[in-house]
Amino acid sequence: MSSVLHTRAASAAFYDEMHADGAGAVRAHYRDFHSWLAAQSPESLAGKRAEADLIFHRVGITFAVYGDDAGTERLIPFDVIPRIIPAAEWKRLEAGLRQRVKALNRFIHDIYHGQSIVRAGVIPPEQIFCNAQYRPEMQGVDVAGDIYTHVAGIDVVRADDGELYVLEDNLRVPSGVSYMLENRKMMMRLFPELFARNKVAPVAHYPDLLLEDLRSVAPSGIREPTVVVLTPGMYNSAYFEHAFLAQQMGVELVEGKDLFVDDEQVFMRTTQGPHRVDVIYRRIDDDFLDPLAFRPDSNLGVPGLLSVCRAGRVTLANAIGSGVADDKSIYPYVPDMIKFYLDEKPLLKNVPTWQCRKKEHLAHVLARLHELVVKETHGAGGYGMLIGPAASKAEIEAFRARLSARPDSYIAQPTLALSACPTFVESGIAPRHIDLRPFVLSGKNVTIVPGGLTRVALRQGSLVVNSSQGGGTKDTWVLE
Amino acid sequence: MLSQTADHLFWMARYTERAENTARMLDVNLQTSLLPQSEASAELLWRGILGICELQPQYDARFPALAPRDVLDFMASDPSNPSSIHSCLNAARENARAVRGTLTTEVWETINSTWLELKARLRGVEADPSQFFEWVKYRSHLSRGVMIGTMLKDEALYFSRLGTFLERADNTARILDVRYHALADQGTPDTGADDAVGRSIDFYHWAAVLRSVSAFEVYRKVYSNVITPARVAELLILREDMPRSLANCVNEAVTNLASVRNDLSRETERRAGLLQADLHYGRIDAILQQGLHAWLVNFLQRVNDLGDRISRDFLVPLATA
Repeated sequence: MSSVLHTRAASAAFYDEMHADGAGAVRAHYRDFHSWLAAQSPESLAGKRAEADLIFHRVGITFAVYGDDAGTERLIPFDVIPRIIPAAEWKRLEAGLRQRVKALNRFIHDIYHGQSIVRAGVIPPEQIFCNAQYRPEMQGVDVAGDIYTHVAGIDVVRADDGELYVLEDNLRVPSGVSYMLENRKMMMRLFPELFARNKVAPVAHYPDLLLEDLRSVAPSGIREPTVVVLTPGMYNSAYFEHAFLAQQMGVELVEGKDLFVDDEQVFMRTTQGPHRVDVIYRRIDDDFLDPLAFRPDSNLGVPGLLSVCRAGRVTLANAIGSGVADDKSIYPYVPDMIKFYLDEKPLLKNVPTWQCRKKEHLAHVLARLHELVVKETHGAGGYGMLIGPAASKAEIEAFRARLSARPDSYIAQPTLALSACPTFVESGIAPRHIDLRPFVLSGKNVTIVPGGLTRVALRQGSLVVNSSQGGGTKDTWVLE
Repeated sequence: MLSQTADHLFWMARYTERAENTARMLDVNLQTSLLPQSEASAELLWRGILGICELQPQYDARFPALAPRDVLDFMASDPSNPSSIHSCLNAARENARAVRGTLTTEVWETINSTWLELKARLRGVEADPSQFFEWVKYRSHLSRGVMIGTMLKDEALYFSRLGTFLERADNTARILDVRYHALADQGTPDTGADDAVGRSIDFYHWAAVLRSVSAFEVYRKVYSNVITPARVAELLILREDMPRSLANCVNEAVTNLASVRNDLSRETERRAGLLQADLHYGRIDAILQQGLHAWLVNFLQRVNDLGDRISRDFLVPLATA
């Protein structure tokens, strides 16, 4: 039997999650998995991958592709080789995430109340009040438990120095948690023997924790809150996740048209008449939530929702206006927030960031475009960015013009050599770059299930892990 | 339960049932068309199918002449025909997808697998249509069975069941209407032909009707007697123990309707009860005397009315309160 390991790459200028440095010694936490993997044939792995595809299709964990034939929904590619995190490292990461989300939540509350961080001169006022994600409608509004970021997805990467860095905080409607759960289910189905040999921390209780959190932030005085999940509908690319979470929590999945506002309360239309709704886990952006308050052309939202929210008679998770804290222009200040609100030393590192709105930063960035990553402050999904080392001269010059015209809209970071994890691709097993999105829940307590969504850039050398740009996913193991 | 959700469940079940009954009708036509008969009566069979589904104009717009192959294709795999098996299974799946969180994993995966497998199955229609129809029938059995076997007995199940039985009542009534008509037109009316040849043709046609609703063995068991049109009509209309009869469908609709009762549904329940009573206390000779066609047309109207009223009472409430 030929081994699948014959194409292991020689050490390169990035951190390999499985192998330590040039000698190629297998890291301790991968040892058991590695010996199992060495005994697998490429044919059997390919067979398992095909089986996974089949099951994902049947379960319907698919993306609707617009304008395509109804039968051809796309899968996000799933890789059968897990990303493994040792217990001690997870512990450090978890503490860092907890600290970070606490500070971010304190920050949002502060912004919509006393704004002490601005008055203290830590963050310049225009960075907040000129931000499109700042919602003056929420100024002075008290939200249940002072919680804004009920569900946060924090993107973490490992650079060539082996350190973990926070790349991005996602505080609006972060998605991907269903893939974390389904990938684990799939791995347990395909390779039960692996779970007998390795003590992998379970993640399946995530929906329970989420429900507990959502129930804990119901408007005051409500003993048995009605929780719903608000989706833009079945043609949204994350629809599977919305339906999945609603089902797993045993709550209704609603669309805007199923809800209405009457007498300062939100109701859903049921077969037995109107039923009051107390907590809305919304998977719709602020802009589309309420046509009376935000975009008037939105037919996804609920007219009058904002006013009920402001009156404290319904809780939205995440709170309206949370986006002010996950903007790329605010990101450089997160370590300062941690010091300001918690009086603690940040446990997780930020990627060094140049703010192009600052003259001296801009000059530095313009001089080194070919080696930096430049991102739009409001961009997401890997769009609107320049990866200097991978760009052509012409692309760099075009970007230079855009950047010089609107420097306020951009930040720049060094091109990180994201760590790589062995991945089963066409040519066999080869290293591919990965990131990690753990999900942090904030209710009465801050909780994190051990793991997250590992995204992998399947194209050789690519650093873009977004599923919209050819990324796949892996199961993420935290060893106990 | 959300009105919108109930609506999707109701239609998910209706489309699944419709796909099954279309497969049944096509299959029985195929079998019957193998019998020795004149070209005219063969054509009548295929016209009958289009008549049942009220699709003659749509068919004529697409095809120059009536050809069995074309009718099969039009009714099985044509996505532009909203009543084709292809369209019904797609609609069932889209409705299921919209409420997949309300369904058990098994129900969703069954309906989704049916849809995913359909494409490959349709490629085999030409070679062996009967096998395809058999597959559709069994997938429908499976959907229903998984629903009953895994779903909580709550509104979600009741609205699905309502959809199943209203659709089945409608479809059985249509099958009976068209067949009865077709056979009567051929000069083999209720009383049956005297001569042996007439009787034997009669037998095969009515046996085919029975088979189309899986009632051939049931007929034998219930009547232990020769097959006559009147008894076939009685079995399919009035026998409450016959799972595809109108009487059973209406009984089931009444029961499920009572389980989801709300402030608006009183009148709908009354009308359903009235229809149930008509079937419960009805007699086949009285119905035949009135004229089966007229009776069935009236029945279809009343079933449609129930469907409309259920929509209004539960599924698409107009007012906000």
